[in-house]
Amino acid sequence: MHYELVLLTFLPLAGALVVLCTPRSAGSLQRGVAFLTTLVVAVLGVRLFVGFESDLPAGRILFEAPWFTLPSAAAAPTQVSFRLGLDGLSLLMVALTAVLMPVVLLSTWGHVEKRVKEFMVWMLVMETGMLGTFLALDLVLFYFFWEISLIPLYFLIGIWGGERRLYATIKFFLFTLAGSLVMMIAIIAILWRQGTSDVVALIDQLHRLPLDTQLWYFAAFALAFGIKVPLVPFHTWLPDAHTEAPTSGSVVLAGVLLKMGTYGLLRYCIHMLPGAAIAAAPVMMAIGAVGIVYGALLAWAQTDLKRLIACSSVSHLGYVVLGLFALTPTGLSGGMLQMVNHGVSTGLLFLLVGMIYERRHSRELDAFGGIATVMPVFALMWVVTALSSVGLPGLNGFPGEYLILLGAFQSSKLWAVVGLTGVIFGAVYLLMATRRVLFGAVTHAENRGLADLNAREVVLLLPLIALVFWIGFSPNTFLSKAQPALAQVQQRVEEVRRAGFAQAPPDTPPKAPAGGAR
Amino acid sequence: MENPGSHGWLWWIPLLPLAGSAVAGALHLCTLRARKTDPAARGPAALAGLVACAALFGSLLLSLRGFQALRELEPESARTLLSTVWHWITVPLPAGASFQADLGLLLDPLSSTMTLVVTGVGFLIHVYSLGYMKGDPGYAKFFAFLNLFVFAMLMLVLSSSLLGVFIGWEGVGLCSYLLIGFWYEKGWPAEAGQKAFVMNRVGDACFLIGTFLLVQAFGTLDVPTIVANFPVDGSRQWQLTLAGLFLFGGCCGKSAQFPLFTWLPDAMAGPTPVSALIHAATMVTSGIYLVARLNPLYASSPGLLALIAGVGAATALIGGSTALVQRDIKKVLAYSTVSQLGYMFLGLGTGAFAAAIFHLVTHAFFKALLFLGAGSVIHGMHEEQDVHRMGGLRRHMPRTFVTFVAGAAALSGLPLLSGFFSKDEILANAFAGGGLYYVFWGVGLATAALTAFYTWRLVSLTFFGPERFDHHHVHPHESPAVMTVPLMVLALLSVAGGVLGLPPVFGVTHALADWLEPVIEPGRKILERHGHAGHLSHAAEWALLGLGSAVALFFAHRGYRAYAGGPERDAALERGRPALAGFLGGAWRFDALYDAAVVRPLRLLAAAVAVVVDQFTIDGLVNGSASAARGAGAALRRTASGYVGGYALWMGVGALLISVVWLWS
Repeated sequence: MHYELVLLTFLPLAGALVVLCTPRSAGSLQRGVAFLTTLVVAVLGVRLFVGFESDLPAGRILFEAPWFTLPSAAAAPTQVSFRLGLDGLSLLMVALTAVLMPVVLLSTWGHVEKRVKEFMVWMLVMETGMLGTFLALDLVLFYFFWEISLIPLYFLIGIWGGERRLYATIKFFLFTLAGSLVMMIAIIAILWRQGTSDVVALIDQLHRLPLDTQLWYFAAFALAFGIKVPLVPFHTWLPDAHTEAPTSGSVVLAGVLLKMGTYGLLRYCIHMLPGAAIAAAPVMMAIGAVGIVYGALLAWAQTDLKRLIACSSVSHLGYVVLGLFALTPTGLSGGMLQMVNHGVSTGLLFLLVGMIYERRHSRELDAFGGIATVMPVFALMWVVTALSSVGLPGLNGFPGEYLILLGAFQSSKLWAVVGLTGVIFGAVYLLMATRRVLFGAVTHAENRGLADLNAREVVLLLPLIALVFWIGFSPNTFLSKAQPALAQVQQRVEEVRRAGFAQAPPDTPPKAPAGGAR
Repeated sequence: MENPGSHGWLWWIPLLPLAGSAVAGALHLCTLRARKTDPAARGPAALAGLVACAALFGSLLLSLRGFQALRELEPESARTLLSTVWHWITVPLPAGASFQADLGLLLDPLSSTMTLVVTGVGFLIHVYSLGYMKGDPGYAKFFAFLNLFVFAMLMLVLSSSLLGVFIGWEGVGLCSYLLIGFWYEKGWPAEAGQKAFVMNRVGDACFLIGTFLLVQAFGTLDVPTIVANFPVDGSRQWQLTLAGLFLFGGCCGKSAQFPLFTWLPDAMAGPTPVSALIHAATMVTSGIYLVARLNPLYASSPGLLALIAGVGAATALIGGSTALVQRDIKKVLAYSTVSQLGYMFLGLGTGAFAAAIFHLVTHAFFKALLFLGAGSVIHGMHEEQDVHRMGGLRRHMPRTFVTFVAGAAALSGLPLLSGFFSKDEILANAFAGGGLYYVFWGVGLATAALTAFYTWRLVSLTFFGPERFDHHHVHPHESPAVMTVPLMVLALLSVAGGVLGLPPVFGVTHALADWLEPVIEPGRKILERHGHAGHLSHAAEWALLGLGSAVALFFAHRGYRAYAGGPERDAALERGRPALAGFLGGAWRFDALYDAAVVRPLRLLAAAVAVVVDQFTIDGLVNGSASAARGAGAALRRTASGYVGGYALWMGVGALLISVVWLWS
């Protein structure tokens, strides 16, 4: 039994309880406790990452404790258990979450003034939800964490958000509710028919189902995940949520919460339902490629800096979907890496926008100009980040984008080329924003006295900036941990492709209950 | 043969400038800190220039060492030094194979030539910049960017893998962007930088497609492997032609060829040493280097070669004719660069890869010289760039004058100077190609006439004739030695550089072609198999040399005479043929065309997507269904807290409860 995963998941929740017990006025104590908690989680996460042996199989359960049973169509009732596991598919996401959270909390020093206690509690609850979503290997538990991680964001936007926060939260709520309900129905159906909620067992069973059954499940999951990612045309909640959310909320939303969608697509839609994934791949690649261009055009038309970056998220996550559903080794690797890259780069962009918003109280592009003259350190950080987001080779964005487009090119030349235009549009809107914010003369008197980044801000940016260079120079450090698991996903896809969709691969003996690795 | 993997010292060639860049950047940050307390503080910035120059000098010495090491290797075909140290991107594929992009350096005659040009000319330009950028508030930053550029450029020419080349390829683009927009406070340089980056990105996207096709064909992007495994039987011809076509698209962006050339004239917004180094001598020649590097790929497709020659000839003509009427001294040189790059592609298109590299080298000498000379003029004239407001400067800046004339003579192809030999070799090859290539040759010869004319027009307007500047405000003066000594070195090279490639009729060997032979050989053999390589008789060669000399001398004289008395001829053209003057002045109106046909429609599309599709259609549906739901749920809402979070909490817990309760039965 690996209790460290349980510790990792619930340590933030414990931190939240501690914060709850502090007096309401002890703001700095609450900040301190929350920050320290996330810092410990980050250390644990990094340790798990470093010690992770990559040749372990995808989907292995490291912790299991029975929870409750449900009736099913099978002979025995469905045992819902507390199943946690860490494998190559979840490792990078877990590490990203763990590393991002202390940075986010450090950033709240600047913009969270009211109701600090509640804010910290929701942040920590959200971290437990996110880590649990990535670590859960039980469908019910996954759904549980999936919902848990959403609730805090309603409050973060609803209480600490901007002027139109009510509209943004309701929209967010309706979208996610729709997706979650559909996914819940699919989960119930799977539990009822298969008699297990063990994801590892389900991965061994579901790929033998007839194609149309798989497609129904696939559609339900893909809708929930697609809204979360978000995929065009389910994306309109995102710019509103981002624009109204406080900086820290935006960073977590872009950095981690959206990845729950792409992670779900990879583990549940592709690995668990490979037949449907193969059948749906052309559609999904098209959605991804169109999303890249659509999001980029959307970003280009924005005048609000934060909204612009929110739209760029739609574009960048289009890459991830394009890569994953290319169903090629390079596409999967690139998609996986791009999930991390997007978390780092877009997280940085939102942090930087937050920093300048705190000084200037505006995010309109026209309110800036010539900022590089008054805030040279900010300008340096911004340019590095923008270039990483644009996919300059040597920085983190490039290896992911390249592998995605290479992988996509092998599956569909058309959608790869459509997606490739995003490489051009990405440069257009980000350099346009960079020019209008940083360059030119200082035309607004308010901008002349802006203070450059302080030590705290530089310190909180530096870990992510380091990742920008590290991933760019050595993507293999990160890719190699995920690749054996991705190779298994690929192998499963190939098996199903070879066997045809309708019948089960005849030579596969029924596997021993998937506990070989337990 | 030595162990090909053991030459780790090669890495110091690019890494020294990278280290120099880091140090200069740190010095810039220190200077900014010092200025916070005292705005007049000089800080340690002055050190940055010296560090940058020293780093580049070290790199130059190592390049010379590499050159020497290569020369000592026998036989010639073994002249390769390799160092692969870094597995950059690895993706295991089924069945034990893998997609592997390794970073390695490859020093062979071609990359050695490029390395020497980059570090040699680069070093001179660095030294010149010590004087030119003196007193600029961004002095240290400038050298940080300049050294970073040299690093990227060296990665471009030394990388053994196309993905490594691409690191350099986009890296030089980044530095170009940063340096064009170096004086970003003025606004328009930042816009010019953005334009350069985006147009290069169009080319880079093509480059990427080219690499995808090569990965499909060869499973690797390692250039030596691709060249060694290149199919000689013409198999996969379509795929390879397409790969070559898309990579050439990348070259059109980086080397400012039709239809992607319009960013280069705007790039003159950067400081003049940048124009000399990046936008004349090195970066813009990357495309020529890449085609020569992948010569079997291009040699195997005659159609592709003809396309390259055609694009080169067209660009040469567009650039040359536009340079005729420009008033900005740097714009004349910029369009001239576009035009000369066109010549190089024309050379590549005739299959004369070595000739194109020869012109690349001589052009690096004389065009760097001309830009630096122009910088010296601008410096001495207090930032004046309009040649109509110059004149008679030969008396005030004698050293700049003499060296500039040497560069002009080389550019216009006056007999026996470097540009004469390299240009005539390309034209001779075009003539030998026959058929369609006669047209290209004709265009090339016409462009040679234009080149001679606009070059001497420039010399005349700048250095001869009456002084047309305001003597009360402008006091022209010669530049300091730190700027004129590099000019003299470059002038020497421009005059004598022709010895690298004397034509066969002189009875001596073509030194550069012999040196490059091991790299060019695979392509040349394929060409011979196709029967592509035409040969000229000695008589024909003499005739072409004579014709080239005559055209250059005649039109140089015409250009000089027409403007010796002042710029009245320009005004006459504008009065007499305003349409033609406008057409040429606006570079055949390509900028206006792109603006109307590409930029504006796309911007309109973006706005339409954002407003019509996103806000009205998609969001309209969403809001519509939301208000419907709200209406239906009004009763329920009265019982709820009214607080949005309540719904959220209800949803999370409720969904779980429902699923549990419903299934418990």
